[in-house]
Order: sequence, then C-alpha cells, then structure tokens
Amino acid sequence: MSPLWAGVSLITLEHVSKNFDSPSGSVRAVEDVSFEVDAGALHVLIGPSGSGKTTTMRMINRLETISEGTITINGRDVRDLDVVELRRAIGYVIQQGGLFPHFTVADNVAVVPRLLGWPRARRRQRAEELLALVGLPPKQFADRFPRQLSGGQQQRVGVARALAADPPIILMDEPFGAVDPITRKQLQRELRRIQAEVQKTIVFVTHDIGEAFLLGDRIVLMAEGRIVQNGTPADLLRNPASPFVTEFIGEDRSLRALQHTYLAELAGSRPDGVPDDVPILAGTLSIPQAGQELARHDRSNREGFLVSDVSGRPSGYLTYQQLATVLGESIAPAETMTSAEAAPDPEAAHVLPV
Amino acid sequence: MFYLFEQPERVFELTLEHIRLVGISVLAATLIGVPVGILCTRIRWLESPILNLSGILYTIPSLAFFAILIPYTGLGASTATIALTLYSLLAIIRNTIAGIDDVPRATLDAARGMGMTGRQRLFLVELPLAIPVIFAGIRVATMAAIGIAVIAAVIGAGGLGRLIFDGLRTLDADQVLAGAIMATVLALVGDWALKRLGDALRRDAGAAAEGR
Repeated sequence: MSPLWAGVSLITLEHVSKNFDSPSGSVRAVEDVSFEVDAGALHVLIGPSGSGKTTTMRMINRLETISEGTITINGRDVRDLDVVELRRAIGYVIQQGGLFPHFTVADNVAVVPRLLGWPRARRRQRAEELLALVGLPPKQFADRFPRQLSGGQQQRVGVARALAADPPIILMDEPFGAVDPITRKQLQRELRRIQAEVQKTIVFVTHDIGEAFLLGDRIVLMAEGRIVQNGTPADLLRNPASPFVTEFIGEDRSLRALQHTYLAELAGSRPDGVPDDVPILAGTLSIPQAGQELARHDRSNREGFLVSDVSGRPSGYLTYQQLATVLGESIAPAETMTSAEAAPDPEAAHVLPV
Repeated sequence: MFYLFEQPERVFELTLEHIRLVGISVLAATLIGVPVGILCTRIRWLESPILNLSGILYTIPSLAFFAILIPYTGLGASTATIALTLYSLLAIIRNTIAGIDDVPRATLDAARGMGMTGRQRLFLVELPLAIPVIFAGIRVATMAAIGIAVIAAVIGAGGLGRLIFDGLRTLDADQVLAGAIMATVLALVGDWALKRLGDALRRDAGAAAEGR
C-alpha cells in the first residue's frame, strides 16, 4: 500500500477548471467541475470528444496542471504532494496499454515497483501474481514482449501494471478503446471481476455509453468542459438532467439492437410491497419503446416499474438499475473509437427521447 | 604484380591508421552528438540552429575545411580528426533527435503517468527505444568518414589515402588501386560490423524480440 494514503481514498474535485494556451488565445477545456469519487467505487467520466473528460482525469495525477480549483485525495491537495510520488501512488492505464515495447511483460508489470526500489525477486513474484489475476498464465507470458501479444492481452498487461504497487487509486483513460468489440466486452467483464476482488477507487474515462453502464457505479456525463449530469446509471436513465443526456445515451447506433428485446423477457416476478402507483408497462414493449413510455410517467423516487403479461396482469417487475445493466450488457461496444465519435446515425438517435 | 601483395605490411599499417582516424572521429562525434541531440529534444528551440549549423559544416568541401583548420591546428592527424568529427555530427545529432521523437506518445505518457522522473524516462525509455535510429546515424557517419579520411592524407594525416596520393604522384596505378580497394573493403566490412553491433544492441533492448 502506498505510503501516501493508506486506507480510504476519496478523490474530491472542487470547482476545477483548465485552460490550455493556444496560438489563438486561451482555450477553456474544463469549466468548474466538481464531484467526489467514493473510496472503492468506479466512477466513469463520459462525454463526446472534446468534452474535457480526459483532461479532468489527467489533472488528478497532475499529468495536466490545474488552472483553477482544487483536487484532493483523502483531504490532501494533490499540488502539495511530490508529483513523482503522487503518480507512483496512483495506477494509470491508457489506451493500447502504452506498454514499453523493449521491456518483457513481467518487467512492464513491475515498472512502478522497480521505480520504488523493490528487490528483483519480489518484483518478479508480484508480476507473476498479477499476470495470473488478469488471466495471463505467467509461465506462458511473463517473458514475452508486448508486440508478441494481441491487443486484448496487452490491455490486460496494462491493467496488471496499474495494480503492481497496489495503489488504492487507479486512473483509466479509455483503456479498452482500441480493441475489437468482442474482446472489449470480455475485458469489461474481467475488470468487473477484478474490481470486485481488489476494490480500488477507479476513475474511468470512456466515450462508450455501454461500457459506462456496465462498469460505472456512478457516471459523470460531460460536454464542452462542464458536467451535464453526475449520477448512477439508473439516474441517467430515470432522471436525465437535460435532453442532452437522453440524446447522448440514445446516440449509440447499436441501441437499435435493443428494439428486439422486450420487457417481458427481462422482467422478474413482482416482489411484495411494490406500491400500486408505479408505472405499468406492457411486456410486449421493446426497450426503446419502454423508454418513450417511461418518459410520460413521473419517474422520480421510484426504483422500478411493473410489467404486464399477455393477459394484461401486472405480474412482472423491473428496476431501473436492471434496465441500465441490460443496456450496458447488450449495447454492442461501438465498433471502433473513430466510428463512435463520428456523427450519430440519424435513425438511431432519439430512440430514448424524453 | 599487385601492390597489395607486394607490400602487405604497409597496406595493413595504413589500414589501421585509417581505422583509427575514422574510429576516433566517429567516437568523438557520438560523444558530442548524442548529448547535443538529447539537448535539442529538451530545449526545442535549439534544434533548428544546431541542425542548420551542422548542416552547413557538412556542406563545406573537405579540402577547404582542412585549409581553414590548418592555421590553427597545423598539418596532420589532429586536423583531420577535427574535420571528420564535425562532418559526422550532422548524421548523429539528426538521428538522435529523430530517434527520441519517434518514441510513441502513448509510451511516454505511460512513463510519465507511472511516475518516472525526467532522467528515468530518458534512460529507461527514450534512449533504449531510440538506439536503432541513433545507430543508423552512426553507421552513415562512419561510411562518410571512411571516404573523407582518404582525402585527409593530403594534409599528412596518413591512412589509405597515402596509397592513392603516393600512387598518383609516382604514376603507380597498382598502388592507387590498392588504396581504393582497401578503402572500399573497409567501408563494406565496417558497415557490416556496425550493422551487427546495432542489431545486438537492439536485441538487448528487446526491440527485435519479434522473431524470437
């Protein structure tokens, strides 16, 4: 455990802004951003490109300077800490792993322990431990070089590397953005499994709404440098703060796949004690239709809604959280980074209008 | 009939002299050029004046260069060494800069994010990854220096140029041929040896691990 902060690792951003100097003057990349990341929670920062999500994350380990505001970790201002020490105490994962091509897999994993001066044998042992954790048998992989690995395997090494010195905090910058959709889904599930095991405080940047729904305990949706909404995945579905939120969620063209998923398939049996005034939706509605339907109801302060069966009896029940998880699970990850950032398919937009 | 076989000791001696001349010059140029190249990647505005200066030095004809230096450093090997060193700088500085600039941004970003200091980034990441490109620069510089060193015989620096200029003066075509052949052989062998050395360094650095 890092000497900088044992135990809880609460990250707090207070009125954080970032200006970039450009030839045409100062550009505001992040504007008055405040949020908290609870210890042990995975916080997703999501938004279109240029929304300031990556810059916001990079200010936490001071890869970008903070123009205004304060970022604290367990109450300590990150600017008061030695920058090298700070970064070594925070795991960092980037797209394509950012592995050192001239280091073996084991040496890549053990980079931070090496910088911290661990003895060689302990480094090796730690690397093997972590390779096993991320599903790469050390016997087979430890002595290979990154270019001998597939993109997905490199990402796993990247995750193992971030965990090497057991930092309580990990920053992940679109870590799965450059792998194929199937591998990405697999890595996302693996991350969920690893996170359940290691319980790190994670800040996770992505532009993939499916990924955000699947992984995030909370999601901070950003646009043009500001926070549009900060809430749980269910909050974003249930109480979108503005039309932009709904639009952003609906923008994903792969949501179309959900047009063939019906509420009846998802609903569980109605538990006791569900009040009668919750919305009742027909089980024959597809998920996008359900979104439209729910928009007409008062959705505040309700955990879920009833689903009626073929005979019209409201015998099924579905929580907003379940609906969000289904969205995260079934949204095929955007094919590639670029296509995800390309203009939205007009047909696919507004499938979940307010 | 061939001078090469009639006077093997002299040819061998002059070849060694040639190697020493080139070796010392390229070594000196490496010891100066690599740090200067690194400096250019750290203090960016230095790059263009330094590359321009070494570019200008490179275009000065070798005889003129020797003539400029003789008033200060006299005739002989030291003048030739200085000139050859200055000629070699361009390729080495330029390739050092290119090699370091070629290191992928993501790799450097990761190094920074892991908490490497500037010095650790340089010695653990940038230089090891730049070595193949820097070495290519050293190879180019060596090839050029082997050729230019022939001319250095005119100012008494010795080396294989002696055979060529002595042969020209005495109309001994065999001797000229011996010098030319040896210079060519030296260039070919030197190129091959440096390539091998470069590959070995690269393998140490793991960059050529693909084929393993």
